[in-house]
Amino acid sequence: MTIQREESWGYDRRILDYIRHASATGLYEIRGLGAKRKLPHFDDLVFLAASLSRYPLEGYRERCSTKTVLGTRFATKPIELAIPITIAGMSFGSLSANVKDALGRAATEAGTSTTTGDGGMTEEERGASKTLVYQCLPSRYGFDPDHVRRADAIEVVIGQGAKPGGGGMLLGQKVNPRVAAMRTLPQGVDQRSACRHPDWTGPDDLAIKIRELREITDWEKPIYVKVGATRTFHDVKLAVHAGADVVVVDGMQGGTAATQTVFIEHVGIPTLAAVRQAVDALEDLNMTGQVQLIVSGGIRTGADVAKALAMGADAVSIGQGVLMALGCNSESWIRGAGADGSGGEHVDCTADYAALGTAPGFCHHCHTGRCPVGVTTQDAVLERRLQPPVGARRVRNYLKTMAMEVSTIARACGKQDVHHLEREDLAALTVEAAAMAGVPLAGTDWVPGRRP
Amino acid sequence: MTVLATFDLSRTPLREVNRFLHRELGDTTHVRIEQPDGAHSIAVGLDAPVHVDVDGHAGYYAAGMNKHATVVIHGNAGPGVAENMMSGTVRVQGFASVAAGASARGGLLVVEGDCGLRCGISLKGGDIVVGGSVGSFSMFMAQAGRLVVCGDAGDALGDSLYEAVIYVRGEVKSLGADARFEPMTDADFAAVAGLLAQAGLKHDPRGFKRIASARSLYHWNVDANQEY
Repeated sequence: MTIQREESWGYDRRILDYIRHASATGLYEIRGLGAKRKLPHFDDLVFLAASLSRYPLEGYRERCSTKTVLGTRFATKPIELAIPITIAGMSFGSLSANVKDALGRAATEAGTSTTTGDGGMTEEERGASKTLVYQCLPSRYGFDPDHVRRADAIEVVIGQGAKPGGGGMLLGQKVNPRVAAMRTLPQGVDQRSACRHPDWTGPDDLAIKIRELREITDWEKPIYVKVGATRTFHDVKLAVHAGADVVVVDGMQGGTAATQTVFIEHVGIPTLAAVRQAVDALEDLNMTGQVQLIVSGGIRTGADVAKALAMGADAVSIGQGVLMALGCNSESWIRGAGADGSGGEHVDCTADYAALGTAPGFCHHCHTGRCPVGVTTQDAVLERRLQPPVGARRVRNYLKTMAMEVSTIARACGKQDVHHLEREDLAALTVEAAAMAGVPLAGTDWVPGRRP
Repeated sequence: MTVLATFDLSRTPLREVNRFLHRELGDTTHVRIEQPDGAHSIAVGLDAPVHVDVDGHAGYYAAGMNKHATVVIHGNAGPGVAENMMSGTVRVQGFASVAAGASARGGLLVVEGDCGLRCGISLKGGDIVVGGSVGSFSMFMAQAGRLVVCGDAGDALGDSLYEAVIYVRGEVKSLGADARFEPMTDADFAAVAGLLAQAGLKHDPRGFKRIASARSLYHWNVDANQEY
């Protein structure tokens, strides 16, 4: 007898799992990382490099600058970075202190910035980071004017791509004594942060809030405004009107330490669409070059970085990719590495993934605090699995690889500066990507939705 | 010895005044700011034990993120007065708008008149004494610290409180999620008496009620449905 195997598109295994979980528990799922479903993305774009109509640069001989300057509008001390790739805001609490230390070291060695998160500034992070962006979030956990003064830039966080409109979340198993003390919370509570700032409401107030931060910092430090990608065109305009030096737009592929799956997968717009809208907004306001744009949310490779720059971003910000460089979803962790992070032996931890009900390559269990590779944990034993020298070495290598890839593409397109990459260097492989990114479908001059 | 510096905000840009307060105080112990005319961000980010008098009404964020300083506003204050204060004292002789003392981590805020909505929102350790009444959603998600209200409180007082404590002398229109009345103990009477004395307000501590968290929101509750 033939077994019928026609799978339902509407009720596929993912939806069946969802319904079974919901009916068994009465609870929605909470998890880490970002959207897992396929979305129009930078993979759907390709570069039109130089040939007869354009002149390329010699790949290994001619200089191609990656220098990036952020915060030139009002701040008297803009941020100068060696590469256009920054490390995104991720909290101490979601990440261990070792990880924050490693990220600071890697960013410093690569000549870029790292960012605090929804848990305040740790000494490890400040000490390790030459350039540190300090977030001002709705929760204000651990917010401290001394840290404002010690920061190199301030980022007012309106929302993040994984959950625009939602507040942070840190489940009780990660609220250990140090995290609790930094956040002024009882140890072990399931922390649910506010989604609105306590002392301002709406863009007119934000303008006044930004002025306060400028007064406190004597107008020295750049003020970033970070938004989760939804109505990006309008949000970017409002952020610019409010006085931002830099706007950070985080698309729906952006990660989180813990959020409802329904939020991660169904709220917000893809990064590809968001960057286009953000650039449109800056151009509409004639603020290109005055207000810098940082794009984040699913930036993984040098190609992604190059495409974001070509579309008009000044820099990108990376969270999940950095975690994966540290070992997220790896089968093993490193024991006994040297002081420079090299060497050591791989210790298999697939059994620890299994104990969480997952496997390497599929894990999104950051919310449990039981990270098998010691990245997203506050457990005293697990966090030792990621030593700062090992993490710093890996992240530095990752950043260096991407920076080299960006300049490789830029040279092939005939650019002496990666920031000279432009929209005209791009073509789209799908109709969706062409429409969202506003670049022509490859082999045509057709941009869906735009009149010639 | 008092060393006084005086600024007239109708003639001197706020930037110059704040720069002086941050970097050029020297031996100055007392700063007088005249003609504030509702300007925003007056005396923000102070980090020295200086006394500042603001002779009139202040706009948003007066004395925001204060550390060590004593700031007296001889008038009304706009939204977010003394927001994220770390230490020191801020006194408003008139009324205060919304979010007074928001996320303050230390120090004492005294508002002699009434406060608007969300007084003490996200409080993280500071103390607030209000001579009059407070608006709705006061002490929303307050984590630590104390609020003393000599008048009445609006709706949803203490919604989603953590370990902060509220004392109210008058009527409470309604409590927020997870907030509850609790019996006053000797320690509470002493706390209220002490805060009233610091604020220079005279009331009988025995007339105050205590509101604190029932702690039922500290952990996910599968059966809570949409109750909060």
